[in-house]
Amino acid sequence: MTESSVREGGVRSSNMVLRVVCKLLIPFIMLFALYVQFHGDYGPGGGFQAGVIFSAAIILYGLIFGVHNAMRVAPPKVVRVLIAAGVLLYAGTGVASLLLGANFLDYDVLGHEAVEGQHLGILLIEFGVGTTVAAVMTTIYFAFASRQR
Amino acid sequence: MIAQFVSQHLPALQVVVPLIAAPVCVLLRRPTLSWLFALIVTWICFAMSIALLIRLESAGTIVYEMGGWPAPWGIEYRIGMTSAIVLVIVSGIGSVVMPYAKASVAAEIDPARHYLFYTCYLLCLCGLLGVVATGDAFNLFVFLEISSLSSYVLIGLGRDRRALTAAFQYLVMGTIGATSIVIGIGLLYLVTGSLNMADIAARLPEPGTNRTVLVAFAFLGLGAALKLALFPLHVWLPAAYTHAPSAVTAFLAATATKVGVYILLRFIFTVFGATFAFTTMPLDAMLLALAVAAMFVASAIAIFQNNVKRMLAYSSVAQIGYMVLGIGIATQAGVAAGLIHLFNHALMKGGLFMAIGCVFLRTGSVRLESMSGIARTMPWTMAAFVLGGLSLIGVPLTVGFISKLYLIRASFEAGLWPFGVLVVLSSLLAVAYIWRVVETAYFREPTAEAARATEAPLSMLLPTWVLIGACVYFGIDAELTVDTAFRAAAALMQANP
Repeated sequence: MTESSVREGGVRSSNMVLRVVCKLLIPFIMLFALYVQFHGDYGPGGGFQAGVIFSAAIILYGLIFGVHNAMRVAPPKVVRVLIAAGVLLYAGTGVASLLLGANFLDYDVLGHEAVEGQHLGILLIEFGVGTTVAAVMTTIYFAFASRQR
Repeated sequence: MIAQFVSQHLPALQVVVPLIAAPVCVLLRRPTLSWLFALIVTWICFAMSIALLIRLESAGTIVYEMGGWPAPWGIEYRIGMTSAIVLVIVSGIGSVVMPYAKASVAAEIDPARHYLFYTCYLLCLCGLLGVVATGDAFNLFVFLEISSLSSYVLIGLGRDRRALTAAFQYLVMGTIGATSIVIGIGLLYLVTGSLNMADIAARLPEPGTNRTVLVAFAFLGLGAALKLALFPLHVWLPAAYTHAPSAVTAFLAATATKVGVYILLRFIFTVFGATFAFTTMPLDAMLLALAVAAMFVASAIAIFQNNVKRMLAYSSVAQIGYMVLGIGIATQAGVAAGLIHLFNHALMKGGLFMAIGCVFLRTGSVRLESMSGIARTMPWTMAAFVLGGLSLIGVPLTVGFISKLYLIRASFEAGLWPFGVLVVLSSLLAVAYIWRVVETAYFREPTAEAARATEAPLSMLLPTWVLIGACVYFGIDAELTVDTAFRAAAALMQANP
């Protein structure tokens, strides 16, 4: 990475400490987001919190290495599709339960037995929430950070 | 089998179909494709709401348990006569505006944003339908926010830069309203421990014994009044309707405030109960006073507007006054009259805003002076405007007459005859502001722009005439609307939605 591309986002980030610490932190932030996401059934957490944490990793990257580099990691077009995909996963789970003969979002029918179905259902819809929230947060950051002055 | 499946899940599908369609619109991206898709979805929604209304003929109320969790633990959708009527209005207007939107949106919004427009339109439709269909107080708030947030975006998409400030102003006022509603719901939850509206109603303590309930009532009343733009909380409405894209104005003017009125009805009659609202609390007197103020002040302001869209927006505030007047009369006939006007006003104001949208497409302006002599070059558009205007005034053979007839009758029956007289007097103000437009459009020499204008495309003219035609049809044959509204009012009086 050249020095000029680093400065492109208008952020002064030639600071070595920031860049190294940022690179160190990002994988753990993402991992923690996934933990909050998938452990949300049993402990505190869930899709919304996980989505925010996950997008925090991308936003941190954008802050330190410039928004243009962040957009190469998470292309806005893909992010926009993810916004829609999350909602569709949520609603699609509901439709799946409809097609399996139960009411909308009744997870009982999704598995072999009710408890298994409930687990699967909540996992899927929370993943939908997480996807959309992460994508929306990233989009909001991109929208503000890349505004033409 | 499919028919049975759909009919069984109608209450959920009514809301879920536009909700699923909105993200699909994002994926489609192409302007024409997303428009076509949204068009089909809105028509499906309309068909479903009519099917619900027909099903209500045999069933008293339709109850649907979301996720199979029985109420009061789960979220329940509860559709009665009133909600079915409002569902038909919202989805009906939504489906009529859609064919109109194609040409109008193409002229007013950047093509790169068309798919976002249709996405927000579907989300707004989903939110409005959800508010009406749900029987859960918190769910109502969530859907209200979905519809509000998407309508801020829709308004902000207007070509005029002032659309942004208008949207922001609406956002601030709308958020105060929504916050007030959620505080009210929170306080009710504190007292009753339930969020299901029917359950809350059953658990509320004796009227007048609990101060928290009074505060909750006040917050909910304030929030609903802000959302339905009850005078003097209407200040967000004129700017929002003036600067929004034409299709958005037509859609929101005919649906959003109507849903606000529904929220007010739902909380008064099915949660707090008419006795609490009108006997323990003096809500009827307040509603009557504010309704009369809206009828006169807003109509008077409308007379002095030079922007026709703003004029119609102030007229909307006045017309909301008539609906609230019906509720304030607090008898079955009064509420029925309010509901009749709710339906009728959606038709006429939707039609009028669509006619003005046609003028805007051809002349690029909605100022009164730029409409001089426009009737010569756009005869069909202006004929629609005149018929809609006559309906707004309340001329016989139009829906406006039916509304006012039943309002006046209800006020006389309730021994509140002065209000009947005020309805007639305020109609004279409507004559004044409609006449200004008619006079300018028909009897002035055309300006250069007006002379160059051509008739609006058929795709916009037809939907306009569908609504204006409905104004005349339901003005002549009012049996269906009146009968349905009276049954809805009877159900409300027994605390059914």
